[in-house]
Amino acid sequence: MTGAETNTAYIQHHLQHLGFNLKTWTLGGQGFWILNLDTFFVSLLLGLLFLFAFRRIAVRLTLGPPGLAQNFVEMLIEFVDKTVKESFSEPNQLIAPLALTIFVWVFLMNFMDLLPIDFLPTLLSIAGVSHFRSVPTADPNATFGMSIAVFFLIIYYKFKIHGAGGFLKTMLTKPFGPSCFIFNIVFHLLEELVRPVSLSLRLFGNLFAGELIFMLVALLPWWVQWTFGGVWAIFHVLVITIQAFIFMMLTIIYLSSTQETH
Amino acid sequence: MVDLAQAVAHVQAITAVATALLIGLAALGTAIGFGLLGGKFLEGLARQPELASILTPRMFLLAGLIDAFSAISLAMGLYLMFAKNPFLTEVLNLSARAVSGG
Repeated sequence: MTGAETNTAYIQHHLQHLGFNLKTWTLGGQGFWILNLDTFFVSLLLGLLFLFAFRRIAVRLTLGPPGLAQNFVEMLIEFVDKTVKESFSEPNQLIAPLALTIFVWVFLMNFMDLLPIDFLPTLLSIAGVSHFRSVPTADPNATFGMSIAVFFLIIYYKFKIHGAGGFLKTMLTKPFGPSCFIFNIVFHLLEELVRPVSLSLRLFGNLFAGELIFMLVALLPWWVQWTFGGVWAIFHVLVITIQAFIFMMLTIIYLSSTQETH
Repeated sequence: MVDLAQAVAHVQAITAVATALLIGLAALGTAIGFGLLGGKFLEGLARQPELASILTPRMFLLAGLIDAFSAISLAMGLYLMFAKNPFLTEVLNLSARAVSGG
């Protein structure tokens, strides 16, 4: 009934994004010029949800005993603020909101993995959408987008704090001394380039593995699904929180390392 | 036809071994890494229990970092096994071209 071919076809169908070809303005296909609409819209919606929810709570701040939502938001903000203050020696206006955004946004995007896999795709197929993947962070485009943005921020802060001259001097002389400047340059380049790659692949790998295992569990008979799926879902709750926390912590640590003067 | 069956069987056998290595080594690396991390954490905690609130978040941070690349290789192994196997599709394409061409 369900042979290996239909299992593979199910998985392959669920692994395909809703692409939009920017060159020919048609739906479908894969490649460099394809914008993954599902990733784009889900991440945009989740970002707006986060912003509107937090703004609503911030606008209605009360000095008396806080309600549940305000309490929760305050806890989050205190946690991020404390983490940033521990790593950053100087006050900085950008880092704490950036860290909060990264943490909550990545957590919300990861949370989409806990919805049943067929839930959103089936709803949308009624509207005529052929393929849909509901987890934006299981798309390397999303994770690389975020980590490349952090990479540019790191470079910007290095230039801003040390100036172009200081930046060049650090690149050329720092770990090994001015005579081995080629090694210094290679070392620094590698260190800088590995950071965004590892940051994004870490998040992508964890979420993609989680999604794939959920798909495999969906192929099992219904009376077995709940045990395996339940255990994996509980473990996955831990994984999504930790991965969001790690993305935030590493962003803070990388940005604070730009301030170091050896 | 026999040649094609043999080629496909060969590719599938090698892919099975590759998948086993990917998944197994990922599990091995993660297990050893977490074991060392947890062991050192408990040791440090036993020496100075008052540092629990500092050590615990750092342990989780490191756990997530250790998890990272083994999750990637696990995902690659599962993808190779259950979704597209590119080595197999290449063999099938070449054989289809050979049959239709010659």
